[in-house]
Amino acid sequence: MSFLKAEGMRGGYGNDDILNGCTVEADKGEIAVIVGPNGAGKSTAMKAVFGMLALREGSVTLDGRDLTKLKPTERVAEGMSFVPQVRNVFPTLTVEENLEMGAFLRRDDISGTMEEVYGLFPILKEKRRQPAGELSGGQRQQVAVGRALMTKPTVLMLDEPTAGVSPIVMDELFDRIIEIARTGIAVLMVEQNAKQALEIATRGYVLQHGTNAYTDTGEALLANPEVRRTFLGG
Amino acid sequence: MDGLLNALVVLANFALVPGIAYGSQLALGALGVTLVFGVLRFSNFAHGETMSFGAMIAIFVTWILQANGVSIDPLPTALLALPVAILVTVGVVLLTDRFVYRFYRHKRSDQVIFIIVSIGVMFVMAGLIRFLIGPNDQIFTDGERFLISARDFRDLTGLREGLAIKTTQVITVVAAVVCCVLLFLFLTRTRTGKSMRAYADNEDLATLSGIDAGRVVLIAWTLSATLAVIAGTLYGLDKSYKPFVFQEILLPIFAAAIVGGLGSPVGAIVGGYLIAFAEVLLTYAYKRFLGHMLPDAWMPDGLAQLLGTEYKFAVAFVILVITLLIRPAGIFNRRSG
Amino acid sequence: MRTVLPFVIFFLLLVLVGVLQSWSLAFSIMNLCLVSAVMALGVNMQWGYAGLVNFGVMGFSALGGLAVVLVSAPPVPEAWAVGGPGVLFAVLIAIATAALAIAARRIFAERVARIVATGVVVAVGIWAVADVLEPATDAIEAVDPSFTGFLGGLGLPVVLAWIVGGLLAAGAAFLIGKIALGLRADYLAIATLGVSEIIVAVMMNEDWLSRGVKNVVGLPRPVPYEVGLREADWFQSLAATLPIGAVELSSLIVKGCYVGLFTLFLAVILWLAERALASPWGRMMRAVRDNETAAEAMGKDVKRLHLLVFVIGSGVIGLAGAMLVTLDGQFTPGTYQPLRFTFLIWVMVIVGGSGNNWGATLGAFLIWFAWVEAEPIGGMVIDVATSWLGDASPVRQHLMSNAAQMRHVVMGVVLLLVLRFAPRGIIPETDRT
Repeated sequence: MSFLKAEGMRGGYGNDDILNGCTVEADKGEIAVIVGPNGAGKSTAMKAVFGMLALREGSVTLDGRDLTKLKPTERVAEGMSFVPQVRNVFPTLTVEENLEMGAFLRRDDISGTMEEVYGLFPILKEKRRQPAGELSGGQRQQVAVGRALMTKPTVLMLDEPTAGVSPIVMDELFDRIIEIARTGIAVLMVEQNAKQALEIATRGYVLQHGTNAYTDTGEALLANPEVRRTFLGG
Repeated sequence: MDGLLNALVVLANFALVPGIAYGSQLALGALGVTLVFGVLRFSNFAHGETMSFGAMIAIFVTWILQANGVSIDPLPTALLALPVAILVTVGVVLLTDRFVYRFYRHKRSDQVIFIIVSIGVMFVMAGLIRFLIGPNDQIFTDGERFLISARDFRDLTGLREGLAIKTTQVITVVAAVVCCVLLFLFLTRTRTGKSMRAYADNEDLATLSGIDAGRVVLIAWTLSATLAVIAGTLYGLDKSYKPFVFQEILLPIFAAAIVGGLGSPVGAIVGGYLIAFAEVLLTYAYKRFLGHMLPDAWMPDGLAQLLGTEYKFAVAFVILVITLLIRPAGIFNRRSG
Repeated sequence: MRTVLPFVIFFLLLVLVGVLQSWSLAFSIMNLCLVSAVMALGVNMQWGYAGLVNFGVMGFSALGGLAVVLVSAPPVPEAWAVGGPGVLFAVLIAIATAALAIAARRIFAERVARIVATGVVVAVGIWAVADVLEPATDAIEAVDPSFTGFLGGLGLPVVLAWIVGGLLAAGAAFLIGKIALGLRADYLAIATLGVSEIIVAVMMNEDWLSRGVKNVVGLPRPVPYEVGLREADWFQSLAATLPIGAVELSSLIVKGCYVGLFTLFLAVILWLAERALASPWGRMMRAVRDNETAAEAMGKDVKRLHLLVFVIGSGVIGLAGAMLVTLDGQFTPGTYQPLRFTFLIWVMVIVGGSGNNWGATLGAFLIWFAWVEAEPIGGMVIDVATSWLGDASPVRQHLMSNAAQMRHVVMGVVLLLVLRFAPRGIIPETDRT
């Protein structure tokens, strides 16, 4: 049984279900990537895992504990952390204050975690007195990920972290995500840049109409001619 | 040289010193508006009445203290009454939040609804104030009137013009500086203060990070009410207390908050002084000032006043409109309006 | 049913006032209810139809009042002789300044240059106007200051002044709307509040125009005078048959005439407003209110629609302001306060039912009634509540003398209760789609 397991999720906004029995899992140290066409329910699945969307059916478990009924903030306390796609930093707060606010729920000393984040993203240490709103897009994404890491999560969830950044920045960010996973964190990520994301994925989910169309390792999905033709543009 | 010095003293006496005091009062008022806006996202039209209410409580307590012979001469007794007034007003404002605003917050109502709700609160408070203390003037200042009187200044410097500095003006400026420093230390140095700024920046992300919205709102109201009481009492000490004045002063306060950028504390302070000095300098009659500077032959016939004092709030308004047209987000706002 | 019943209750209350207090008072209340209803209809067009927050009701109302002075007050020829040309010249300069400012904005494409050029033109224009205006107004204000000291009006019939009042307010609204509409709701609210304060400040301080705080009294009436009535034969024979005194009867007849005239105006405006609301234009207006982005995407010129409804609504408020001053027979700039002239009207609209003309009318009736009756009732309540203190108690005397202020509390509480428990008002907006 996987460390994070979201099974048979059904639900949506209003009467229409967007998720129709979708399942995603991630183990410690793994990068699980959800890809799929627009409107397939990728982001919705992510929100459902984090509790921002009430499920009609299905369950979310973390290390065997059932989190299905918990609110997002309670899931944060359980070890989940989420990086939204947009509006994911506090623009008028400095980089350092952003990280502090990420650790708001912690009552212990956070300086060690902050150093780890600075180790991962050295540029942030340099800019730690600057308001996050004044940084470049890629740097802001780093602040967002850093903020999420401040709770010392066991699961890091990223909603399209590379949306709107240049290819170089994207590669850089993926490298960092691999590093994060290596520290034993389970990473769950929704990505628009399917090919590049699947290259670093230990697990890949191709979602369509709110259900799993293909589930395999990233490598296998990239090699699957059907997936290539339908979802990766040849 | 002597002429220039005299001219500067006249200007300081009639424009700069009153301007600094008035600016401090506006800055404190605008800070209260801007804090509530930052967290609750609406312009609180009842803020003028909150200032008035706080000043009224301070007056009542002052009267009780005076009747019992308590005094902190040379300082005005009202300073002693301030903590009580703050406690009472904060209590009233928090009850208002609990029984009025909270409902709309949970419903996530549009800001227009909040504005209209604040009109209702304004009516209730205005009525209570006029009922309890009456609609007339109240003078409640006591203690030493001047830090330095015009005559002392003349004797001291040998100049022809005097510079009078009222105790209340000094207290106003000192109080404003202390309040601003404390507020900024709170906002930038404490966990709670930072969480408040974070919440104002990005409500959803703040909630996601585990910042409790209810607590932030509570603190915003508490700070806003505290500043309002201090601003209102100082204004009453400096001029005199009239309930209706606090409706008129709402416009320059809003102007100050908006010019600086709604939601930005630094902006509120800068805006307050900007509006105050613009008002004072544009409505000041420069005749005596110029009298020391120019030869008689060049003297203007009139008062050399750019705008009558009765139109002083038109200055605030024009600055407000220009801001809204040219830079609606205000001077100190990094986010777009 | 939901529309008729509240009106029936209101009229029953009014009859009660007539029986218990006096019929003269009941008629007075009715007259102000009618005027308030016209004002509330104006606000309802802006807020109820279009969602525009106009907190400048006081200013438009005062402009309507000023129109009565300018149109109907007897002219002061001496004042015109000494200062008329100067004032007219100043007006011309002001118009020229405005034209130049607009031209400057067209000529300079670059933003900073445009702002600077406009600023310079406006500053020079203001200086020139002040320079020409000041000697003229000084001369005017020196003409018999205790009786006139102002230009006076044109001496025309007062009902004409109502129309002019509407137009004057509409014109001002056009200028304000050009600048302020399109701002966020709270900015528009603050901007309109500020404009209204300035309009009233001008009227309080420009004595040559409005006599300022010295007030303009003795404005002509559209209805007969009591003294004249009492001399008429038919009146004397009527008075002989009725059990009330001649003075009271004449006052009742005059007030009754006002009721008739105001009802006529209210009816016409209400009819037009209802027609407009039901028309395709009204539907479009509400569509814009409910979803501005979608309406814009559908190619509706939202800005133009907003400007139009802002101008019309303000015009209606101006008309009501003129009616009010006519009813009072005097123009008293010092009495314009935002609580009474702006926010009370808002309470009327919200309580009655924003978006519904009958609701706004009802709200005006009920709220004005409550505003007036809160005074004696508040007095009684305080009297009872403080009676244990004994008549000599200074606290009791103080509170008794301020009892009338409780009406503000009542208004606030009513507004908050309605917003909370019946946010659509007593007569809610009906879906006409």
